Amino acid sequence: MIENLDHTTASAACSAYAAGSLISIEDLTVEQVSQILTVTARLENMPHAQRAQLLAGRRIALLFYESSTRTRTSFELAAKSLGATTTLVSDKSSSIEKGESLKDTGLTLRALGAECIILRHAASGAPSLLARSTGLPVLNAGDGMHQHPSQALLDLRTMLIRLPGLDASAVDGQSLRGVTVVITGDILHSRVARSNAMLLPRLGAKVLLCGPEPLLPHEALGLGEGVEIVRDFDAALRRSQVAMMLRIQRERLAGLELDLGEYISRYQLNGERLSAFAPNALVMHPGPMIRGLEISGDVADGPNSAIEDQVHHGLAVRSALLLRALGAGDFESVTI
Amino acid sequence: MSEILILNGRVVDPASGVDAPRDLLVRDGKVAAVETPGALKHVVAAETIDAAGLVVAPGFVDVHVHLREPGQTYKETIATGTAAAAAGGFTTVVAMPNTVPVNDSVASLEWMLDEARGSVVKLYAMPAATLGSMGAKLTDFVALAKAGAVGFTDDGKPVLEDEVMRAALTAAGRLGLVVSQHAEDTRLTGGCSMNAGPVAFRLGLRGMTIEAEARIVERDIRLLREIEASEGVRARLHVQHVSTARAMDAIRAAKADGLQVTCEVAPHHFTLTEEAIGDYNTNAKMNPPLRAEVDRQAVIAALLDGTVDCIATDHAPHAVHEKEQEFERAPNGITGLETALGLALRVLHKGHGMPVARVMQLMSATPAGIVGLEGRGSLGVGAWGDVVVFDPADAWSFAVNESRSKSRNSPFDGAAMLGRVKATICEGRVVYRG
Repeated sequence: MIENLDHTTASAACSAYAAGSLISIEDLTVEQVSQILTVTARLENMPHAQRAQLLAGRRIALLFYESSTRTRTSFELAAKSLGATTTLVSDKSSSIEKGESLKDTGLTLRALGAECIILRHAASGAPSLLARSTGLPVLNAGDGMHQHPSQALLDLRTMLIRLPGLDASAVDGQSLRGVTVVITGDILHSRVARSNAMLLPRLGAKVLLCGPEPLLPHEALGLGEGVEIVRDFDAALRRSQVAMMLRIQRERLAGLELDLGEYISRYQLNGERLSAFAPNALVMHPGPMIRGLEISGDVADGPNSAIEDQVHHGLAVRSALLLRALGAGDFESVTI
Repeated sequence: MSEILILNGRVVDPASGVDAPRDLLVRDGKVAAVETPGALKHVVAAETIDAAGLVVAPGFVDVHVHLREPGQTYKETIATGTAAAAAGGFTTVVAMPNTVPVNDSVASLEWMLDEARGSVVKLYAMPAATLGSMGAKLTDFVALAKAGAVGFTDDGKPVLEDEVMRAALTAAGRLGLVVSQHAEDTRLTGGCSMNAGPVAFRLGLRGMTIEAEARIVERDIRLLREIEASEGVRARLHVQHVSTARAMDAIRAAKADGLQVTCEVAPHHFTLTEEAIGDYNTNAKMNPPLRAEVDRQAVIAALLDGTVDCIATDHAPHAVHEKEQEFERAPNGITGLETALGLALRVLHKGHGMPVARVMQLMSATPAGIVGLEGRGSLGVGAWGDVVVFDPADAWSFAVNESRSKSRNSPFDGAAMLGRVKATICEGRVVYRG
């Protein structure tokens, strides 16, 4: 008997956010993903001067409650390359330190003319709160252990470019058919893993999650179809065309005890393991990486590595997301 | 003095075994007569209520509410919280001690129960089991009992240490009072803000396990046995807001063994699951958290098979700005006094065929018994004139903006309700008219 009628509004909530928001990778249809990739490809080939007109005079705020190198810099450079004015507010140098709430911080940025807020926050769900509170388009630049959708999109673009025979400017539900991606390490605390595991299977890929039980509980299977848990990294590698490595997030371990020596011996991606089990696999890492722990230096710097490509693609993918957020460029006439 | 005559209603009074058309007379604050229809037609009353088509039941008793006074009157006051109680059909509420400061002394208990607080319904309180609810040193149970305590609890927190809980159960047991336990092993729930499982994983939130609830329930039941063996005291444990199948199983087994264990269930735990959190809805955040469907079904099964003794709301008002925070930072709790009847009838009566009389028992007679209230939770002649009159067939939607509570933190705004309160009478005074 279904009397649980009180849940009906929950799943529809995302549509309540301003058009162009990107809170979770789930919010995007495959068509929308494809469109973002198309715009990304176009932007990458666009002359600098033309690109700089797309968001000329527009104002974008970066609100960062957690430290970040890649994401912050690439969002900021992306915005600037499109001609937008950016302002960076971080928790260390603002009234957030004095106890100002996320809502009030967002309302303040809106009052100052921000048309879009890029948010990085340690609390899962913070972008939803900000989007609800301000009515502005919000781009989630990583929230707690929840989502990092722009990372999943740039990872996708990296795979499409680096794997043979794929089209990086458009995707459908079959684009990654036959591709197996193993994501290894601290899945529990990883928003990157969640976003990738919720995106790639929708494009036809198989995602293997790999790691020890404390870092990869069986509940991870709930992320969706096309996701499998494999504890044996070597066996998983043997099946994979892409190996995505994750850092152990010491800052989120919260009392979890981990034998690092044991971890390294079972899960580190090093040259020996790579050549034995997946000599042709693409090696990815969202960064920051700890060389010598989840990945060895030779693999990070080796020919299989796409780690710098990922960073590079971040710029164009995030440019496309900013255009989408502000309804500009190719997104002008698109109903989102 | 004043009389209220309630005519033509269906009196449902489980304590007296009545579920039949009856006319009811309340005189001088007490039930004066319950008669077959027409028998009281010559009585001249100051007020007559026509209850045709309506249920007339004992006013509801809620053994678990947070009224926030003293100390957090921006969330609720005793006056506003009890006004919400009256609107929900409650004529008796038991205030939890986690006020600021904690209600852990005779002085604070007397202050809380003082008429000057403006309680609209009958107010009782459970003071803290330990000083400051710090879990270390017992409060003065004897003095507090003399001042009107109806039980002891550190609600919001468990009494975690075995020796402290053993002492609390023993001392309360000697007074014939319950220790009301918030069953959560907080050593297992640090940083957690919802139920553990796939939904928490997907949302990136740390989850409270079923074990964290069950372990404390199982430990407390073990203590009851030990206390009886070593002290010869039949101690009384009341388990608050049970939310998991495993804890319910432990309680069921303990009852079968004849131990003095009672438990309550909150309407949100039999109505909602963790899916209600949706997109980080902080109005679906409470402790214990909303659980998975399997646990919700276990709670309903325990309500149906008699394991559950009462429905208690855990009415926990919070200001809008407190709930408008990051999910992990937002405080636990929801309001519940005005939605309890509507949910109980919708989910338990209509959804699962529970007789109205059994719902009434869960909301009046049994909770009154748990906290030892004489003459409440019953419409027997001579009992207090605590009466609720409601339309059991009225299907309506709850609108949180119309709440009598000072706070608005309910996940049931716009939710379907079945059964609407038409009048609430407390000690012979009409305290609410719908």
